[in-house]
Amino acid sequence: MNKRIKKLREQSQNAEPRISAERALLITEFYKSELCQQFSVPERRALAFNHILSNKSICILDDELIVGERGSAPKAVPTYPEINLHSLEDLHILDTRPKVWFRVDDETRSAYKNIVIPFWKGLTNREKIFSIIDNNWIDAYEAGVFTEFQEQRAPGHTVLGKKMFTKGFLDLKKEIDISIAGLDYLNDKKAYTKHEELKAMDIAASAIIMFANRHADELDKLAQKEVDEYRKIELMQMASICRKVPANAPETFHEALQHYWFIHIGVITEVNPWDSFNPGRLDQHLYPFYRKEIDEGTLTKERTIELLEAFWIKFNNHPSPPKIGITAKESSTYTDFALINLGGVKEDGSDAVNELTFIILDVIEEMRLLQPSSMIQVSKKNSDEFIKRAAQIIKTGFGQPSVFNTDAIIQQLLYQGKRIEDARNGGASGCVETGAFGTECYILTGYFNLVKIFEITMHNGIDPSTGKMIGLNTGYMSEFKDLNQVLDAFEKQVNYFVDIKVKGTNIIDQIWAENLPVPFLSLLIDDCIEKGTDYNNGGARYNTSYIQGVGLGSLTDILTSIRYNVFDEKNIGFKELVNATLANFENQLKLRNKLINHTPKYGNDDDYADEQAVSIFNIFLNAVDGRPNIVGGHFRINMLPTTSHVYFGSVTGATPDGRLAYKPLSEGISPFQGADRKGPTAVLKSASKINHLKTGGTLLNQKFTPALLEDEKGLDSLVHLIRAYFRLDGHHIQFNVVTTKQLLEAQKHPEDHKDLIVRVAGYSDYFNDLGEELQDEIIRRSEHGGY
Amino acid sequence: MNPVAGKYSAKYLITYNYYPFPMHGIIFDIKNFAIHDGPGIRQTIFFKGCPLLCWWCHNPESRSADIFSIEKEEIIDGVKVRDVETIGKKYSVAELLNEIKKDIVFFEESGGGITLSGGEPLLQYDFVLALLKECRKLEIHTCIDTTGNINSDKLLNIASLTNLFLFDLKHMDNDQHIKYAGVNNKLILKNLKLLDEMGKDIWIRFPLIPGINDDESNLLRMMDFLSKRKSSHPISILPYHKIGKHKYERTGIDFKMNGFQEPATNDVTKIMNMFTDAGFSTSIGG
Repeated sequence: MNKRIKKLREQSQNAEPRISAERALLITEFYKSELCQQFSVPERRALAFNHILSNKSICILDDELIVGERGSAPKAVPTYPEINLHSLEDLHILDTRPKVWFRVDDETRSAYKNIVIPFWKGLTNREKIFSIIDNNWIDAYEAGVFTEFQEQRAPGHTVLGKKMFTKGFLDLKKEIDISIAGLDYLNDKKAYTKHEELKAMDIAASAIIMFANRHADELDKLAQKEVDEYRKIELMQMASICRKVPANAPETFHEALQHYWFIHIGVITEVNPWDSFNPGRLDQHLYPFYRKEIDEGTLTKERTIELLEAFWIKFNNHPSPPKIGITAKESSTYTDFALINLGGVKEDGSDAVNELTFIILDVIEEMRLLQPSSMIQVSKKNSDEFIKRAAQIIKTGFGQPSVFNTDAIIQQLLYQGKRIEDARNGGASGCVETGAFGTECYILTGYFNLVKIFEITMHNGIDPSTGKMIGLNTGYMSEFKDLNQVLDAFEKQVNYFVDIKVKGTNIIDQIWAENLPVPFLSLLIDDCIEKGTDYNNGGARYNTSYIQGVGLGSLTDILTSIRYNVFDEKNIGFKELVNATLANFENQLKLRNKLINHTPKYGNDDDYADEQAVSIFNIFLNAVDGRPNIVGGHFRINMLPTTSHVYFGSVTGATPDGRLAYKPLSEGISPFQGADRKGPTAVLKSASKINHLKTGGTLLNQKFTPALLEDEKGLDSLVHLIRAYFRLDGHHIQFNVVTTKQLLEAQKHPEDHKDLIVRVAGYSDYFNDLGEELQDEIIRRSEHGGY
Repeated sequence: MNPVAGKYSAKYLITYNYYPFPMHGIIFDIKNFAIHDGPGIRQTIFFKGCPLLCWWCHNPESRSADIFSIEKEEIIDGVKVRDVETIGKKYSVAELLNEIKKDIVFFEESGGGITLSGGEPLLQYDFVLALLKECRKLEIHTCIDTTGNINSDKLLNIASLTNLFLFDLKHMDNDQHIKYAGVNNKLILKNLKLLDEMGKDIWIRFPLIPGINDDESNLLRMMDFLSKRKSSHPISILPYHKIGKHKYERTGIDFKMNGFQEPATNDVTKIMNMFTDAGFSTSIGG
């Protein structure tokens, strides 16, 4: 990396995350104004967006090549009081908590105390949600049966498609005009609503152009003052780029990156969408610009790398907006889950890997940043060389890139009813979530604690930690005579809680659609303009609501333990086993040894155990898959935890697999930590027994010793493992290449291991930034070497 | 697509109810994802029972052909629990094939297969023969890691069903071989010649033990012997390491290697270069 990039990178890494009250104050000012009251809800949102972009500070750092910050400086994080209002106590917690903190200065605190809180209290979206939602939803939520993504962050979770690399916002404004001209007031009773929405989109398009021009003005000013001739010219060029994009379609590599970046800032300023936002198939989108300029001689490889690295740093400047409460526990990280996709196939189905793919892999390796995260899409059409290059980066041990099965993703999208071209233009975002890029609104609605539901099932609908009846009466499990009875009862409870969850999501979706439309994001995703409908209201071509199952490995081991120890081997009575869990296995070391070390476990390619994984998966799948949502799409499942397996474990008592109360559950579809003892091939085989193609993503973690990947044979073997897993329709796999010894050492002496990055679940994080429970959980995962 | 049948149950376990060979093999371990025991990703199956008594043996529990139990300690959340471990397990050919078949997808993707190791797999000749026949039917690549100290007729019968041999050469000097490995090396060298004449693929495995077989005269004799073979066989140098020591303690077998050191990396490289300079394709480890 060159000197400029090194400096910018360091600046970004050293910036202190802090709360900026700028956005909160601007939006409060706008909503207080009389002007605001005169407009429809969509226009009001667009004008609020315009108000922020017109007045927010412009940040251009020395030597920057790509400009635009969401806050006033790198890592100055805005808040979104119209969605989720931080109390003074929340701000205090954010400021003082030992990990994932955000500094709060006096000015911000007083702005909150005197202006923001007094205005928004009682008016926030979060309060609207909690005031209307059912009591049984609240009960389940509080018991830790599920979480809810949209209670404090917006339904983002979408990825830009190729459209926006070929169009500017002036083009979109023309499309809006056409859509307005086509409104049918004679027959369409929604024509007026659509008209208001389209007008709002038009305001939002103008706002982002204005915002870019403000940067151009500032760059011109800086150019005038600049004494360094080289930088002066650079600033002038940057100014002219900002006058051109995003108003017009980009024509050069630099323009394309700056164009995207304004779009990115727009999306994460309008609201605080989950999983920030994402350029998606970056090597595909940028390749035409790269090719053209390289051929014409206006771009060099060095300049390409420099620009990409400058672009990488922009992502790193933007931590996830601070979460609070349960949402912080389920996803406690600075990472905001932008996931760059590389490789895969083109729209016509051919191999998409190109020269730029490899250059971007070089950039990923050199930057070694948590944000943006990166992944490779591997299709049967891609070469081993491509995977091996990625494996060399994986080997350096920061968890990137993760590895996805393009062919499975395409089949998942086709199963959901998407066109083949849209499927091939898709990929994975966030942690592992499948989506059709540029055409789909796919919302993660919340994590779903399968193990907690089983605990409730064991106790006839009662949550033993509170004594409260929150489920159904399906009988006391210790009286059941066989495994089918157990599964039947569990299925009933799962269906019951899925009903509650789905109903809650339907309410929450409507609250968002009515109160907080997103005209800017709607510009970007097809077919919102054509349909005159907001992204939050079903405007996208495809609309999917996902529920995230958590605890597959743990629950498989629990059911297998019951099958083996109670029904088949009769090692222990069912009642005795349940009582042992209630007593948290106190003085029952021998029993725990039996349950842990002498009972079949998921992750060892043993059908005796894995059959239960398939049963659990199918129960969950059948409960969710294909239910209609309120925006014209369907509910689907995916299997990922982020960090919720720690939170979910903390609300779940001891379990018949020998796990102690409140300890973390298994993550993703990985085996319970340490339960897999037959090496990685057995794990992959177990994990492939569930039907990945009916999910929107599954997450599998593997921990490898660095020694394993030391030589060519090790790297080749990693490639072969990936190919084999994908042949079995596995969706995703990621690798921690680190020794347990290193992790223990880092836990003991955090100060010496500030740079240690580990793969958590679908994202990487600094080991030091993880809570102790999560650190322990990662340490306990089985470590695979080669033999 | 998973062959899931019925509402919950996934009864897709492949079971063999009948198999014409009622004999059993005694196996003490199966390692999946073995990447240093032949080409590709392999499943290495460790057979119990060995005709040699090498001082440096990593698997002393494999020497006896019997199944036995030893005490062991499990640690659960930092607390010790006494437990019993059984060393060795009986497998029918069908049962072992079930284990092997689980990893076929990895063999196919990587050009791997199974490696029979031990102990000395060929001590369980009938079982191995039956197993190899089945593997041939399934087109699974087979490799045998052998001490070579085995009846030549049997070895040649097995050879026709084996794709690759990992052949251990421990010492060229007969007296030294008897001292450190417990048997003379005549049969071993004869068998290596026979396999070579048969045109078999052979990878020579040379456990490098400082102070026992790293002297120049042994190395020169080894190169001389190997250079006279019909084919040039690649050599893997396996540097001695002490990880097996705790197994001696647990199994109560006398550990004779106190005072012996692991070879220095420099020395290993030097020896590798000697082989390489003499025209052998040589690698360190696996």
